[in-house]
Amino acid sequence: METRELICIGCPMGCNLTVTIKDDNEMEITGNTCNRGADYARKELTDPRRIVTSTVRVRGGKYPVTSVKTASDIPKGKIKECVKALSKIEMEAPVRIGDVVLQNVADTGVDIVATKNV
Amino acid sequence: MKTSIIIIGGGPAGLAAAIAAKEAGADDLIILERDKELGGILNQCIHNGFGLHTFKEELTGPEYAARYIEKAKELEIPYMLKTMVVDIASESGVKKVTAMNREKGLFVIEADSVILAMGCRERPRGALNIPGYRPAGIYSAGTAQYYVNIEGKMPGKEVVILGSGDIGLIMARRMTLEGAKVKLVAELMPYSGGLKRNIVQCLDDYGIPLKLSHTVVDIDGRDRVKGVTIAKVDEKGKPVAGTEEYISCDTLLLSCGLIPENELSEKLGTGMNPVTNGPFVNESLETDIPGVFACGNVLHVHDLVDYVSMEAAVAGENAAAYVKGLLKETCKEIPLKAEGGVRYTVPARIDVNRMKEEQIVRFRVANVFKDKKICVYVGDSCIQSLRKKVLAPGEMEQVKLKKVKLLEAGDFDSITICLEDA
Repeated sequence: METRELICIGCPMGCNLTVTIKDDNEMEITGNTCNRGADYARKELTDPRRIVTSTVRVRGGKYPVTSVKTASDIPKGKIKECVKALSKIEMEAPVRIGDVVLQNVADTGVDIVATKNV
Repeated sequence: MKTSIIIIGGGPAGLAAAIAAKEAGADDLIILERDKELGGILNQCIHNGFGLHTFKEELTGPEYAARYIEKAKELEIPYMLKTMVVDIASESGVKKVTAMNREKGLFVIEADSVILAMGCRERPRGALNIPGYRPAGIYSAGTAQYYVNIEGKMPGKEVVILGSGDIGLIMARRMTLEGAKVKLVAELMPYSGGLKRNIVQCLDDYGIPLKLSHTVVDIDGRDRVKGVTIAKVDEKGKPVAGTEEYISCDTLLLSCGLIPENELSEKLGTGMNPVTNGPFVNESLETDIPGVFACGNVLHVHDLVDYVSMEAAVAGENAAAYVKGLLKETCKEIPLKAEGGVRYTVPARIDVNRMKEEQIVRFRVANVFKDKKICVYVGDSCIQSLRKKVLAPGEMEQVKLKKVKLLEAGDFDSITICLEDA
């Protein structure tokens, strides 16, 4: 049996989670206020994922860059590759919130979408 | 020019206040914003985590702002951009707001009500007393955030961050993702001033060390920052001799606190709370000048924009009620006292007759506390309490005062909010 202490990043409350991993790999989670906490703990210990936010260059817009995000979370190990892919992109204005900037970033199956109108 | 409500500031607070005022039936209103677009600081906060309370989904800053901007446009709320308010005066109930912009020059708008929503600014290097020259490469974290996220430019390659406020933590991750080496975050206090989730996902994820009880004691470099000397500090925050360590870097970011921007409020003569640096307000978020309301970071610095929006909506509703003559005059305002680890409360006073069934009182605590309860006292009797496992200065707390309980308590002169062992 193993115990792990985590801080939930699901929302700004930042609940202190205690995860007890039993011998059959069953996890017992305490300290969470909502279900997101339990989901986070399970994911964090098996397949940690993050939403990545960054910027990409835009030509001809009111600003030189637009902000973007991964449409859902991607594996932590893929963050670097994801940001690297974004550094090569240049969009044409106008860019609208929700526009797909890049499909299937770093082979994660997740798209990059714009989060600002530029 | 005349209108009924002027909202000063078009950031999250100003937008939510204007929308709520309009929805409450105030048709004649205007937002004055000094930037070239609405949305305020959210436009440069491109990270996610906004809106979980308001929209039940996780948005980035620009997306959260866009929801409010669209709503304001849908409601046809007028606004002026690139317009700087330079003075507010109140003469026999009429508020005179002096502003300027390129088209109109200097002009005055008269209104029945003003909503203060000017937000806050960062504490600059000059206020921190760090010795050394004034080389290039020293930025407040928010300025660096503007360069990276709006201008698409990197302020440096090797970075040290002083202060572990949320913007500092967010920028540690942002600069790392953009290819910079963030060497460490030094924090004067023995605890972080930021949200715990940001320590996990901005520092721990990238192996960036957080040095608590440390500060920068010297900045090296004449033309450009070459490095900084950090040292441990004792319980009083004084550097301990012999603990100095030189860290080479070309950039120093400062994330050392936010200060509500209240020059206009002070000129107007609203009473100011020295703890929050914001005006004192009552349960309707009205300052001690009738018809002048305050909300958002100009009132007290918030941790979550969701709370700013909620608070601002209350200010907007009350301003609408005020201009329509529906806001009852206050008869007896009871002061709220912050004691036992509670630093301040917003509101600072409550008219029990005017309050809604439930009144949210927001506050921050002075230290990190464990296993406490937030207690509400009227005289000697504790009328409400709420258990808390952890309380930290970086996070805003709240307690919901119940009108029925206050009415049951009868006659009293003050309400005390304090922390006690659970």
